[in-house]
Amino acid sequence: MEFLTNLINGISLGSVYAIIALGYTMVYGIAKMLNFAHGDVIMVGGYIAFMTLFYLGMNPLICVLIAICGCTLLGIVIERVAYKPLRQSPSLTVLITAIGVSYLLQNLALLIWGSNPKVFPSIAAGLPSLQLFDGQLNISAETLITIGASVIIMVVLGLFTTKTKMGKAMRACSEDPGAARLMGINVDTTISTTFAIGSGLAAVAGVLLCSSYPTLMPTTGAMPGIKAFTAAVFGGIGSIPGAVLGGVLLGIIEIFAKAYIGTQLADAVVFAVLIIVLLIKPSGLLGKYVPEKV
Amino acid sequence: MQATTATKSAPSFKDRLLEALKGTFGTYFLVVVAFLIVQGFIATGSMSSALQGQLVPICVYVCAAVSLNLVVGISGELSLGHAGFMSVGAFTGCIMASMLAPIIPNDFLRLLISILTGGCFGAVAGFVVGVPVMRLSGDYLAIVTLAFGEIIKNILNNLYVGSDASGLHVSMSSVQDLGMTNGTVIINGPQGAVGISKLSTFVMGFLLIMFTLFVVSNLVRSRSGRAIMAVRDNRIAAESVGINVTKYRLMAFVVSAALAGMAGTLYAMNFSSVVASRFDYNTSILILVYVVLGGIGNIRGSIISATILTILPEFLRFMADYRMLIYAVVLICVMVLPNVPVVQRFMEAFKAKVPWLIDKDALEEPDLAEEGGNRG
Amino acid sequence: MSFSNISRRGFVQAMGVAGAAGAVALTGCGNSAGGSDNGGSSSEGGDGKFKLGGIGPITGPAAIYGNACKNAAQIAVDEINASDSTFKFDYRFEDDENNAEKSVNAFNTLKDWGMQMLMGTTTTAPCIAVSKEASADNIFELTPSASSTDVIGGQPDADGNVAEQRKPNVFQMCFTDPNQGVASAKYISEQKLGTKVGIIYDSSDAYSTGIDQKFLSEAKNVSLEVVANEAFTADSATDFSAQLNSCKSAEADILFLPIYYTPASIILKQAKDMGYAPKFFGVDGMDGILSLEGFDTSLAEGVMLLTPFNADASDEKTQAFVKAYKEKFNETPNQFAADAYDCVYVLQAALEKAECTPDMSASDICDKLVEVFTSSDFVFDGLTGESIAWSDTGEATKEPKGMVIQNGAYVGME
Repeated sequence: MEFLTNLINGISLGSVYAIIALGYTMVYGIAKMLNFAHGDVIMVGGYIAFMTLFYLGMNPLICVLIAICGCTLLGIVIERVAYKPLRQSPSLTVLITAIGVSYLLQNLALLIWGSNPKVFPSIAAGLPSLQLFDGQLNISAETLITIGASVIIMVVLGLFTTKTKMGKAMRACSEDPGAARLMGINVDTTISTTFAIGSGLAAVAGVLLCSSYPTLMPTTGAMPGIKAFTAAVFGGIGSIPGAVLGGVLLGIIEIFAKAYIGTQLADAVVFAVLIIVLLIKPSGLLGKYVPEKV
Repeated sequence: MQATTATKSAPSFKDRLLEALKGTFGTYFLVVVAFLIVQGFIATGSMSSALQGQLVPICVYVCAAVSLNLVVGISGELSLGHAGFMSVGAFTGCIMASMLAPIIPNDFLRLLISILTGGCFGAVAGFVVGVPVMRLSGDYLAIVTLAFGEIIKNILNNLYVGSDASGLHVSMSSVQDLGMTNGTVIINGPQGAVGISKLSTFVMGFLLIMFTLFVVSNLVRSRSGRAIMAVRDNRIAAESVGINVTKYRLMAFVVSAALAGMAGTLYAMNFSSVVASRFDYNTSILILVYVVLGGIGNIRGSIISATILTILPEFLRFMADYRMLIYAVVLICVMVLPNVPVVQRFMEAFKAKVPWLIDKDALEEPDLAEEGGNRG
Repeated sequence: MSFSNISRRGFVQAMGVAGAAGAVALTGCGNSAGGSDNGGSSSEGGDGKFKLGGIGPITGPAAIYGNACKNAAQIAVDEINASDSTFKFDYRFEDDENNAEKSVNAFNTLKDWGMQMLMGTTTTAPCIAVSKEASADNIFELTPSASSTDVIGGQPDADGNVAEQRKPNVFQMCFTDPNQGVASAKYISEQKLGTKVGIIYDSSDAYSTGIDQKFLSEAKNVSLEVVANEAFTADSATDFSAQLNSCKSAEADILFLPIYYTPASIILKQAKDMGYAPKFFGVDGMDGILSLEGFDTSLAEGVMLLTPFNADASDEKTQAFVKAYKEKFNETPNQFAADAYDCVYVLQAALEKAECTPDMSASDICDKLVEVFTSSDFVFDGLTGESIAWSDTGEATKEPKGMVIQNGAYVGME
């Protein structure tokens, strides 16, 4: 029973990582950049949802929608101002800019919302939890929503990238931007759209993260962001199912390491597993291996 | 590319001087002059304690940035775990200094031996991490170095070391488990190394910078250095002419880790306490920022940007709450503005006026997204 | 591509020139502003006020603690300056991002400003570094909240091992970590609050680890059974389900939480979600949990904690302070704030007793203050305790009060 509880906790934590990792992986796949500010967009999403939920007392669904709109807008602005002038620059330049944006968002949040943590109200308030095996196994409504949301998002994103025109354009751009441009695809717009979608996902991740682990601070997004980035690489960066698989596995490993190996060195264990996997499969679990050409 | 501005006919003395200043010699010259100016200020007592207190950290960051530049710029790998090697150096250096305290009374000598110890252990850590890491490249390498940095931090956070009459005691669980009596706790888990005697001096910092410069610039110009750059520029071509790719990548990585370890010791010995969480991925990224901002592969740029970015947050203290916000804005602007056409034109004009500032040894920046990966 | 590269390199070089100029300017500034201060020995009070410096994290993850200290000390200073006391303060607070290096920088900045005494630093690790500096410069330091014994130094543990020598100019306002660990273990065993104790602590935090280790060794003495001793780190402080699960499996009936209130709030929620309802016992870091914005206080029902301060206390002093804090900063003050507020008043009382004047050097003030603090007849009544006294070890002697949360408020537990 303890094992099952741990497994479910792991999947729940992993689902949050998975949604964050999806944002990372989409942006990476197309723009080939590590968007270190992604974790902080999550934090902003959390704050927007908190404001509408706690101060205005709106319906949780509407709050999520407002957070998505807010974050999408924020993502577009960041992309326009900070990343777009750097399209032709080396990827490290963009990486440092992303770090700058991350600092900026954290410190803006500190000024706007203060340093005192906020406790995020549950979005599943009033919903009953699922009780199995005579109440020995207790699965909270948040956990179910989180797991459900990550599955839905993965399926929708999968359909979007394979069925819609924009999705196909995205895949074309990530495959070969030059050829895509020749085919009449507006690469610039496609990249911007990817950013917008990634940021919208960040808002969902923010709400789910804060709902399950309910403290909200200006630095809330930083560590989950790094872990989700790890998860994205773990699953094979650029791959949508890979991000979900990587996220869920990372969550499970983290919880199991804490439960069965020892809490003090749990983080070390998580990263050690990651290293071992990458050494055996250098392009991640579901990553595509592209052979080096001369 | 930029170096062809002056020498057309027979070079005059001034031209030759300018030419020399553009090279490695100029970098040494810059460091020595800066050192002398600072010493002058200290001697006349006209330097604020705020700035004086930052001298050693500046030296540390300069060394860390130059050594990271060896990996990122010269070898073309994105490493996000540099601070991990610093912490290995910091902690081993502390233990060494503490052990030597009764044997060697001379502070300078003790510091020197500690720094060398830190460097050795940094190199060992670099080798241990480097062997598996060198199987990877690109962003996968980056994430694995980040992971190693976090593992090192996590282990050091659980490390307890003490010494008493019977020698050194090590434990991974608690001070009580050290099993010693009437001893001195050197490293106390998450509280880090406390009770360090403050040995670091600005002079030592200066010497370490000179040493780091010497090692890196000579390595770059050696046969091995050319091999490292050949691997960076085209791995397959380098392999096909018989260069042992893994060996040369590993060489750059280990040398860089050793230098980082030495910088770490210098850092630890400047404060009476040092904690492992100080050397997390944020610190690694901070050093990477120095490197990228100074120009990848540009040693002199690393020195200048590390200095400025260390002073900047302190200089902004009058901004109070807005301090870190301004810092972030400056960072973004420095990265983005040079890519705005108006600024580009201005910079071209500026460069024409002060040609001596340009480092002729500066290397063409590699684009890691294309160089490092398997994407070909 | 190469065009933009060259350009940025040039840009950095230009920054270099600008930066060098800035550095020179900075040197010049320090020179003109700080006068010829070597070690703050000749700083002058100017307009008849003592220069009080404060250091703590006001940005970064630990910002809540630094801000609490900064704000509360501001209130105390404002009150004192508005009163007719002749001992008034010129107060300046600097950020250290909970980083020893930045903390020493902040200390040096304050020294350039002419600081005569230091209220700080807020957090332990930076405080150890700063107290060493303050000790070397002989500037009086009173920390509101850095609770490790390494801050004051000279405290051997049970086996006689020492990490840090005593720094005679450094004093604490809060309890020391061992003090809390021992007190908690005794309290739990004396009051028979539980038989099997589970612990969840932050292994990346000096404060939490310190209390945990003392609790464990004291638990042996008072024959408390510790069935689970689970750790987490600052990097994984979002999810505690694994730790709670271990405690639940070990059938712990009381959970000891020597941690701050932010992770504690998550633990309370997750424990409820998994249907685990042991008793919870916290230390002073737990204080503040009720004023967390958005926190469902019903989760904290029945939580016990040892704390010197209670924002709901009915005494006049506390109520006046809480009211002033709420008005000015729109937040309920926590124990950090109360300690910082007390610090300012202690310093004022000590200055008065030592008959210091603002034109004295920092070093002279330090010598006199140390004398007063270690004298047996110097006691202080503040928000965080009655008749608090200091010994020459630097520790404050005050008794933690046992509190229990009932109906969303603290109630004394005896």
